[in-house]
Order: sequence, then structure tokens, then C-alpha cells
Amino acid sequence: MENKPNLLTIKDLHASIEGKEILKGVNLVIRPGEVHAIMGPNGSGKSTLSAVLTGNPAYTVTGGSADFGGKDLLSLSPEDRSHEGLFLSFQYPVEIPGVSMVNFMRAAVNEKRKYFNQEPLSASDFLKLMREKRAIVELDNKLASRSVNEGFSGGEKKRNEIFQMAMLEPKLSILDETDSGLDIDALRIVAGGVNKLKTENNATIVITHYQRLLDYIKPDFVHVLYKGRIVKTGGPELALELEEKGYDWIKEVCDKNQE
Amino acid sequence: MRYDTKVCLYVETELQDDEMKSSEDKEKNKKKENEEIIQNAANSDYKYGFVTDIDMHIIPKGLNEDVIRYISQTKNEPEWMLDFRLNAYRYWLTLKVPTWAHLDIPEIDFQDISYFAAPKQKEGPKSLDEVDPEVRKTFDKLGISLEEQMRLSGIAVDAVMDSVSVKTTYKERLAELGVIFCSISEAIKDYPDLVKKYLGSVVNYRDNFYAALNSAVFSDGSFVYIPKGVRCPMELSTYFRINAKDTGQFERTLIVADDDAYVSYLEGCTAPMRDENQLHAAIVEIIVEDRAEVKYSTVQNWYPGDKDGKGGIYNFVTKRGLCRGDFSKLSWTQVETGSAITWKYPSCILQGDNSVGEFYSVAVTNNHQQADTGTKMIHMGKNTRSTIVSKGISAGLSQNSYRGLVKVLPKAANSRNFTQCDSLLLTDTCGAHTFPYIDVQNDTSVVEHEATTSKINEEQIFYCNQRGISTEDAIGLIVNGYAKEVMAKLPMEFAFEAQKLLSISLEGSVG
Repeated sequence: MENKPNLLTIKDLHASIEGKEILKGVNLVIRPGEVHAIMGPNGSGKSTLSAVLTGNPAYTVTGGSADFGGKDLLSLSPEDRSHEGLFLSFQYPVEIPGVSMVNFMRAAVNEKRKYFNQEPLSASDFLKLMREKRAIVELDNKLASRSVNEGFSGGEKKRNEIFQMAMLEPKLSILDETDSGLDIDALRIVAGGVNKLKTENNATIVITHYQRLLDYIKPDFVHVLYKGRIVKTGGPELALELEEKGYDWIKEVCDKNQE
Repeated sequence: MRYDTKVCLYVETELQDDEMKSSEDKEKNKKKENEEIIQNAANSDYKYGFVTDIDMHIIPKGLNEDVIRYISQTKNEPEWMLDFRLNAYRYWLTLKVPTWAHLDIPEIDFQDISYFAAPKQKEGPKSLDEVDPEVRKTFDKLGISLEEQMRLSGIAVDAVMDSVSVKTTYKERLAELGVIFCSISEAIKDYPDLVKKYLGSVVNYRDNFYAALNSAVFSDGSFVYIPKGVRCPMELSTYFRINAKDTGQFERTLIVADDDAYVSYLEGCTAPMRDENQLHAAIVEIIVEDRAEVKYSTVQNWYPGDKDGKGGIYNFVTKRGLCRGDFSKLSWTQVETGSAITWKYPSCILQGDNSVGEFYSVAVTNNHQQADTGTKMIHMGKNTRSTIVSKGISAGLSQNSYRGLVKVLPKAANSRNFTQCDSLLLTDTCGAHTFPYIDVQNDTSVVEHEATTSKINEEQIFYCNQRGISTEDAIGLIVNGYAKEVMAKLPMEFAFEAQKLLSISLEGSVG
């Protein structure tokens, strides 16, 4: 595993929204097969990091670099980042009325195939793939034929995100607070889906407030993001420590250092 | 019954029946559509903007009684038809161009237009092989290769190029059922009694400026008669195309569904790209008798002008149906993506008790396009019902207006109307306007009006982007989703084209 090239290398990444700097020099290296948890108090820049990596136009990168499998990630369009294998499970999945999940996923899958000069999937192959991947998160057929996220419960939306992840087979998945709003059964199904999709060639970033999700998705590394920087990195035990002691002790150390 | 001058073709096809198809087939078709949308989205220009190089017979510009006599004579019309035209013309002379619509219409010089253009051909073609190859190429480019259309879809096509109906397919098979589907010129010759009875009975030449103009100079169009108790086994379709320069197109369509009859009728329109504006002023009249039903679907894609607003068709159309019989039903479905200016209000007069009127519309405007479109539902009979679903989509610098009238007359007891009127804005520079008029004179009636206005959601676009779908394609998906309720009312073959059109006409509209 050590010999594999890095999947993602973020160096001194700075980003802002509406002139306000949120990320103030993030450094992070992710190798294939790894699971990284990013934790931190509200407003520390966790969701901004996922938005910047996926190319959300609301944010402006003001410095630093991100290499994704040998490509300059920050110079790619959001859709090319997706084709290259970057996936974001949205904290608030968006509803698209009147667009069926089938049509939506078909467009997504075939756009990716086009990017790699592959023929589009035939209707029957595509439906077969849908059936297969749906099973991973126990998403029933009715949901798959409804409009994208429309009228889905909170749990269904999150399962639907993981279903899409299964369809697109990304190299790096970012789960942005996938546990928020989930009851314990839904959490188990969603986490189970993520674990089933894990291979030694892909990697996952789990953004969460709570240790609870990490009981199901075991991280190799835990990072604490605070005021736009990763201020502490450790193993799974760090998450347990945070659960027990909160963030105040980290905040104090950081704020003191800054002074 | 004889059809001497036009070609008749026999085609063995199965009836297109949605219900008979398995849902999987439908799904497959949907997929195909989507692929096509994506593929076609790549070429963003108006793809119907070619000019066909054929020998045209065009009369000099200008309008006077001699021109009208000439048109009537050229078409070998009977005296009563000439009188009809001349009456309309004389009345038209007393009228002024209407200005009440929310449109900025440049002054039109009605003497600077040629009122008749026809592909030159001495005699009517006797078979497909005899049709001018250039004309056929045009239709091939339009994607309505007649042979293929007939073979694949079982649609009877009447293609009107400029003013003359080039060829009506399928006629004899329909004739076995007593269905008449021919050009209006033929109908005037072959079925004078029917034409005399119905022509102008719904849209009188005194109705409005453009109706008077059309009644005076109309050159061709389609005539449909479905006899008592006959369910027309295939969709009837007319393709309109303007080709010649400096000409106006004035078609006239007349559809009559006798007691217990049913017909689904499709109309498609395209025109070449030209720098100057061209006038199109059509009339569609529909008469629906007891328990009969007519579905009228339009995909209007006249050339909308270029990105700077140069050129494009002025589309001033009067479409109206009379639900004369009890329990009769008329349904208008329109997808409007073309024309520089659209002025069009397909309407239903619900005269028969328990008659039903429907209007489903998607109107897209981009760049400098202007549309003022909607419907009128006039409730006269008891227990009459009407539904209006209008979806406006505006982009660029365009102005998109919905104008609707729901009128309930004193005798229309227990009548009902439901109106839903949605506007979607794609840019900050376009405008969406709604002018609903409601006039209820009966206190047992219920009229509902719902309206929404929204701007395309950037989060939706980013969500699609993150899944690998480009912004252009994302807009196509989102807009088609928004318009789905209306698109679902279109016959399948049209739905493909309409979906593609929606995506294509909005390309580059969100920066």
C-alpha cells in the first residue's frame, strides 16, 4: 500500500467565499485504500473543503494546489472532476422535480463513459446495473423511478447519495455529514453501503461531527479542522478523545499558539 | 371520393398505442430520447435553418384585390371562395394592427410581402418518386423523411411547404374509414359543402386583424373530417415550412370531428434562417360534435432570429375550437420554442353541456424572442370543465408572457376551471409576465388559479455537475423536468423532438 502513488495531495490550500477567507492553508495527503475522517467545530471549513475540492463555483481558490491522481484538480471543471473519480455525497441532496432518477443516473453514467471514449450503456445493461447497485443500500425500485430526491425522506436522500456513489464507482468519495438526520437503522444501511464499496484502490473522506458514524466506517486517520487549517491528526483514538472531551482543549491550544 | 392530384401511399403499420406498449419499451424510448438530447445538444445552432434550392413560383410583393383574385384563380377556386376572401380583405382594410399584447412589434409593411409562393410543378405528383427531389431532401433534413415517418410511426403526414401542400400521405387508407385528410385547397374543390358549412364558423374573418388577413390570402393548409363514430386509427400530422424569401405564410387548418369521433392531430413548423423577418399568420378552426374528442398538438419551431435579435418569424396565429356537442372534448398541447414574436392563444368555446377543454403549454424564449401566449376558455354549457397548465421558460433578453381568459357565462352552471401558470427564469435579464383574466357570471362555478415564478437553481446545476453532467445538459434535464407535465401530453414521436428542442433552444443561456 505504501508504494502506491498518492491519490490526493492538497498543499497549502486557501479558499474564500464572497471575499471571506475560509480555508487558510490546508495540507492533506490521501492514498488509495485509506479512510480519512475530518472533524471539527461548526464553521471550521469542513464543508467548504468538500465544496472547493468538487469545484463549487460559489467558492474561490486563492492559493495552494491539489493534485488528484496526477492531474491538477483545481483546473478541472466540476464535471471532469467527477469523471476523474471524485464524488461528493451532499449534506443536503438537491431535489430536481420531474427528472427521474433513472434518467439522471443514465446521463451521469454515460457522460462518464463518453469522457473515457466508451460507448454508452445499452438500456438493458443500464437497468441491470441500477438493480445491482440499488441493492447495496436497499433502495427500492419505486424510489429509483421517482424524481431526483423529490419527496424522499432524510434517510432516503442519504441512501440515494450512496446509491449514486455505487453507480459511479469513484476513486475518492467525500461524505459530507452523511450521518446528519439519520436514525440508527438508516445510519447502519448507509455505512454498510459505504463499506461494501470500499476497495484497496479507492479512498474515502468522512466529514462528521460525531464519533457515532466512525463506529461503522472505521477511519485510518482522523483530522481536526479548525479555523481553516488541519490542526491535529491522529488515529481512530483521536475521534474517541474528541467525543469525550469536545473541541475546547484543541481550540485553546490553537488560539494560544496564534497569540 | 377521388384524389386526383395528390399522392396516396399505403403503409402497413401498427397502431401506435401507448397503452399497448410495455412500460419497459417506454423506458427504452425515454432512454433513446435522452441520448439524443445529449448528442444533439452539441450543435447549438438552429438546425432547421437551411434553404432548399427549388424552383419556386412566387408572385410579386404587395396586397390588393387583384392579388387575391390571382390566388383564388391559381387555385381554381369556386366563386363563393373568392367572395369569402374578398369580404375578408375589404374588412381587413378597415382594421388597425392590434397593439394590446405585451410585445414590442416593429412596424410591418404589409405591402412588402409576397402573398403566394409555391414549388413549381406542372401537375401534382403521382407517387413519391415524382415529388421534387429537393423538396424531399428538405423533409429529410427536417427529420421527417416521409417514407420513414410512414413506415415507423404510422402517422399520416401532410407537408405544407410555403403555401402549398406538397403531398398528403396515407389518404386512401383513411378514406376506407371515411376519414378525410387533405389539403384545404382540395377540400374546397372536393368537399365544398363541408368547407362552406364550417370554414369561418369558429374564427370569423371579423375576429381580428390577422384572422381577416389570413381569410383573405390563405394559400393552403389541412382539412380533416372524422365521420360519426370513427376513431381515427393514426395520428394525423402536418409539417409547415417556410422556404421562400420575403414571403408570408398563411395556412388555414380546419378540423371537424363528428359525433363520437376521435382524432389526434400534430403540427410541426420550421423555417430557414434569414436576416429579415417573415410573417406567419395562420388560422386553425376545430369543431367538436357530441361526445367527440380532438387532441391538437403543436411543436412550433419557426426560426427565432439570431443571438442579436436579427431576423426570425413573426407568428400571429388564431387557433380556436368549438366544443359544440355535449360531452365533447378538445385538448391543445403546444411546445413553443421558435419565432421572434409569438402571438397565439389556442382557445376552447365550451358550448355543449359537459364539454371539456384543455390547454397544456410550454413556451420557451431565449435571446431577443418575445412571446405573448396563452388560452381562452369560454364556458357556455352546464358542467363544462377546463384545465390550463402553462409553463413559461425565459432566458437571455427575452420576454415571455402568459395571457389567459377564463370566462364563465350565466348558463354555465357547475362549471369548473383549474389554471396553473408557472414561470421559470434562467437569467437576470429576461422577463416573465402573467395576465390572467377571470370573468365568472355564474355563482355555482368554481375557478382556481395557481401561479409560481422561480429562477433556475444553481444548486441543482452544481448537483448535476458533480455527477458528471455538464451545465448545458443539466439545464436540459432540469427544464425538461419542469415541463414534464406538459411534455407527457404529447404523442410519443413528438415528445422526442420537443425534448430535444427544449434543450437546444436554451443552450448557452446560463453563463
